[in-house]
Parts: sequence; structure tokens; C-alpha cells
Amino acid sequence: MTGNGHYLKELSETIGLSGNEDAVRAVVLRAIEGHADSIRIDPMGSVTAIKRGTGENPLRVMIAAHMDEVGFMVMGFDGDGLIRFTAIGGLEDRLLPGLRVRIGDQQVRGVVIWTPIHKNREQTVAKIASLRIDIGATSKDEAQGKIKRGDRIAFDSEFVELSDKVLRGKSFDDRVGCSLLIDVLRGDHAYPVDVLAAFTVQEEIGLRGAQVAARTLDPDAALVLEGTRANDVPNPLDEPDEANEPNPTTRMGAGPVLTVIDANMIAHPRLLAFARAAAESEGIPYQIKGRAVGGTDGGAIHVVNGGVPTTVISMPCRYIHTPSALLHRDDYEHGLRLIKAILNGLRRDVL
Amino acid sequence: MKDLIQKLVEAWGPSGYEHQVRDLIREEAAPYVDEMRVDGMGNLICRVGNGDKKAVIAAHMDEIGVMPTFVEPKSGYLRFTNLGGLLHTSMVGARVRFEDGTVGVICTHDYFGAGRTTVTDLNDFFIDVSDGESENGGKIPAGSPATFWRTLETRGTRLISKAMDDRIGCVVALEAIKRLNRNTPNTLYFAFTVQEEVGLRGAKTAAFGLDADVAIALDVTATGDFPRNSKMDVRLGGGAAIKIHDMAHIVPAAVRDWMIARAEADGIAYQRELLTLGSTDAAAIQLTGTGIPSGTISIPCRFVHTVSETVDVRDVEACVRLLVGLTANPITL
Repeated sequence: MTGNGHYLKELSETIGLSGNEDAVRAVVLRAIEGHADSIRIDPMGSVTAIKRGTGENPLRVMIAAHMDEVGFMVMGFDGDGLIRFTAIGGLEDRLLPGLRVRIGDQQVRGVVIWTPIHKNREQTVAKIASLRIDIGATSKDEAQGKIKRGDRIAFDSEFVELSDKVLRGKSFDDRVGCSLLIDVLRGDHAYPVDVLAAFTVQEEIGLRGAQVAARTLDPDAALVLEGTRANDVPNPLDEPDEANEPNPTTRMGAGPVLTVIDANMIAHPRLLAFARAAAESEGIPYQIKGRAVGGTDGGAIHVVNGGVPTTVISMPCRYIHTPSALLHRDDYEHGLRLIKAILNGLRRDVL
Repeated sequence: MKDLIQKLVEAWGPSGYEHQVRDLIREEAAPYVDEMRVDGMGNLICRVGNGDKKAVIAAHMDEIGVMPTFVEPKSGYLRFTNLGGLLHTSMVGARVRFEDGTVGVICTHDYFGAGRTTVTDLNDFFIDVSDGESENGGKIPAGSPATFWRTLETRGTRLISKAMDDRIGCVVALEAIKRLNRNTPNTLYFAFTVQEEVGLRGAKTAAFGLDADVAIALDVTATGDFPRNSKMDVRLGGGAAIKIHDMAHIVPAAVRDWMIARAEADGIAYQRELLTLGSTDAAAIQLTGTGIPSGTISIPCRFVHTVSETVDVRDVEACVRLLVGLTANPITL
């Protein structure tokens, strides 16, 4: 992407699983250098950057996006050189067979084994424990020469512009949030509020980086930027005549998503109302999501210290937590405008 | 106390949207407290006294409810998710009230037939908010929370309400604040908390920075006094329930004994509570900062999380007396 989202392709293609976000952190640091008043790496590994506000006694607004992505980890080796593995973060067994992966710091290429149709007529879903990764090694020694137990395993996925508007890549959850946050910091002007940017670690395994970052930054309010599930895929339960009915959650291209409630947070009512009003006055389309499933860094942030009014702004992505997520450029642009409108308009009396 | 109970249990305050309850409590407490503030989560914290020993007393303002997530485009029915632990068996025909006063009715497909016994998925329920002129009236967009709706009923010493959990705890706290009338040798922080029903979230911040020596949660507890119920030795009318243990909280022996000794010294009826399902704000508060010894005074309550939560006013009185006794005397732990 040119202009806004300049770093999205690089962020998407960079590998950084929970607990091993170093490569993503390097991209983030390079992108924000010179665009913040202070930049720090906290003991958990999260990057926190402060961009001072122009107002008097400015509100301190934390904006969080997580750097880590879901993936797998090497657990052991079979005698024939095949690799046993387990999941890190929420992944489902259905997408495994035939999946292309990259393993460890050397990004050794591999593929998850796959049973062809004439051997698997029942079409049952193979559990992760019964699957292996094949890196082309023919013995245990050869495999162990290339990778180690504990190596992280990532999707092998290239960033592609499918059309003028639609982008395909891995890890839009939450590199799209990282990209937005970079664009917020790289904006030419300072905001009235202090922006406390937090590129967090270990979200996918329990919101761990955000908890420490929020406690340290001690903000007055927080925005969480996320990639969320767009639910506009065909619904098998629909009657054919009603195929055009929208599904009861979010659609790609219909604008940024404001969360009312998820599994671990109820959005702060006044901050949420302010975000909706900001979108409406700016003419930015938005969607409301309120299924009590899934969670974000907000779940950890809003209950630190004396409590932090928090709301979540998500980009609706199809096929999230797979190697091939789709993102609509308009959602990105609208999301960025909405974040800036909030930062420019938020006052203490809203909270 | 009856008027206060009616005012609070009929107030509207689903988890995350407790502002109406907070305003009511603020008005009731104002003449009797030294300081009031609202923290970042929305907890109302009222300080009484200025002594050396510090205690946090917590009661939650929120009640279970529903959060509409989607308006059916043709029929106007609302689909919704839960705010707190909903019991599917008590939902058909239940009335819910929105902030603007609109009353909706929950139902499910085929509730007279196969759905009578098999509907267990929240996605199968919907709320009717039609008003005869239109199916939704455009008044209730997605994101408008509602609580279950019933008025307070009285039957002898029994009180029946949609929200005994935990407005009756708020009543116990407020009544204690009034009876103390600032006469305490301790510093008392009465914390009226938010979002208990969705996972003790308000309680995680309520005691932050207070450096308390002890904390007491006030909440309802289940009883074992109805047919074929699980074995539980708490009954309606048996007095204040002093928590020994629940799913997320083991009460330190010193706190337990402090409460029992006070009940015995003051001749207050009490029972020992061992709860196998559920917990209270005390479970979150005990983990604040470097840890706070915490206990719970429970009000026995039948039919918790239905629209007919039932308590006995004598138990409520026992809880108030126990709380006043604990806080009016020097805290010794």
C-alpha cells in the first residue's frame, strides 16, 4: 500500500509468534523512529512510545495493538524425520492438512502432511496430534540438524493485492492494528492528547503484554486496535431466497467495527458513545459488534490500576487466524480517520 | 429500610451500565460519608471515618441482563447476548426493560412444542419490542442493554425481586453507613462496584491504592432449603451467612473468626456458608496490590439469577447488624 498502510505488507510477511515477537518489533521500531518523544521496550518485550499532546494537562490515551500472531511450535521428531507440533493461540484443526509453514529463525520450509481423498473417504478432521510436518528430511538426524524442539512455526504466506481494494495476507490479526498505530504516530501533527502507543506481546495466549504495558503507562483512557472476524461468508442456514440477508455480525468493507461487548470486556459506555458520535459527525461508516465471544487486549487493560475506560476499534477481516486473511482498504482508511477523530476530539468530561 | 430496598431493587443497572444505580446510591449516602469518588471503571467509593485501620466494604451495583447484538431486518426482533449468567429455563416470557423504559418480551422458536425442553442456545431466543405501529420502532438499536423487569413483591418476611443480587448487598452497605453516622474508629471505604456479574471486573480496581487491612464483600448466596437441591447448609431465615469458602475464595481463618466472634458477641443469628458454585467481589479484591485479607457476609437468597430472587428481611437485618458491629468497633485481626 502507498501512503497510509505503508508498512502493512512488511508487517504481514514478518514472522512473530507469541513470546517471540523480535522481528515484528524491529519493523515497528524502524517505522516509528523519530515520530515519538520517547520509545521504550518494556521487560515483557512490548514497545511503548509516547507522543506528547499539544493541550494543557493533556489526557493520556493508550492505544494498543498486539505484535504477536498465532502459529505452532516444534514438539519433537519421528524416526523418519517428520516433525510433531502443537498450536500456539487459537487455531483449528480443519485448516492444517497441506498447510505450508516456515520453521524457526532460518525459516525452514515445510508442509503439514495430507492424506489424499482416496485414502480418506470419510473426510474426517485429523487432530493436530496425529499430523506431522514434512520438511523433506529423510531421517531424524537430518531433521534435527535443521530445526530444534521449541522452534516457532508460522504460516508461509505472501502478501498480495487481490484487487484495488482487497488485500490478502497472514497475521492481519493484529498487524493491521500495528500498521494503524504506526500511521497514528507518523501523522504530521501532534494530537491534543498524549498518545501512549503500546505494541504489545503475547496477546494471543492471554493478553499478557498488555497487562504490564497498561499498568506501567497508567493511562486515562485506552483504544484497542484489532483485526476481527468479518462474518459475511455464505450462511448455510439461510433460505436461498434470503441469501442477501446480512449475517448478524460484521461485514468486510462496511467500515471499522466498534465492540459493545466481548468475552472479557464491556466497552466503556460513554467512550463508545463518543466514538459512535465521532464517526457519525465525520461521515465515517462503522459497524457494531456485540457477541460475547473472543477478546482483545482491552480485557486486560480496562481493569488495571484504578480502572481504564476502554473501547475497541477493529478492522473486519475475512478468514482471520488463517494464512489467507482478507482486508478492505476502505475499512483501513475509515478506521484511521476514526482513530484520529477520536484523538482530536476526546475531552476529559467524556470519561 | 423497605423503601430503600424497593428503590434500589427496582432501579435499572445491567453490567457496564450502572449509572442510574450509582446516582441513587450517591444521593442516599451523601449525608453520611466524608468523601465520594468514582474510579476509572465506574466504581463509587465512599469514605467514612479517618482511623488507622482501613477496611474496604464492597457490594456490586450491576445486575444480570441482555445485550441486543442484531436487529432482524424484516421482523424487527432483537437477537442478544448475555450480560452475566442467564438461566435459559427462566427466559421464555421474561420481561426486559431498556434504558428508555421500553419493556420487551423474550421468547424462543417453537416454545410450545419441541422448544419446550430442548432450547439451550442463546441464539435461539429473541426479544419482541414491537409497539403496534412498527416492529421495532427504530427505538432500540443493537448495543442497547436491558435488565429483567419485575417490581418488588412482599410475602410476610420474604421479599421477592429481579435484582436482590446484589442490590440487597447495596442496601446492607447503605443501611450500615446510615446507622454508623460517621461513628467509627476505622477508615471505611464503601465500594459500590460495577461489572461483578461478568467476572468481578469492577472489584479488580475498587481497592487499588487504598492500602486496606481487610475487605468485606456483601452479596447474596444460594440456599439449600428447597426440594431435591444439592446439599448446602444455608437456609432462608437462618441469619447472616458468613462465608467460609467458595469457588474462587478461601476466607482466611482470621477473617472468618473475626466475623463469627462479633456475631456471637452481639447475639446475631448467623450460619456458615460453603458455596460450591459462584463467588463474590472478595475473590478479586483479595488479590489487589500485595494482597488483602478478605471475607464475605452473604444474604441467603432463593432462586438466584431468576426474576424472583427471594430473601428474608430478618436475614437482611442480621447482615446489617453484623456489618455495623464489625465496622463500629476497632478492627482487630
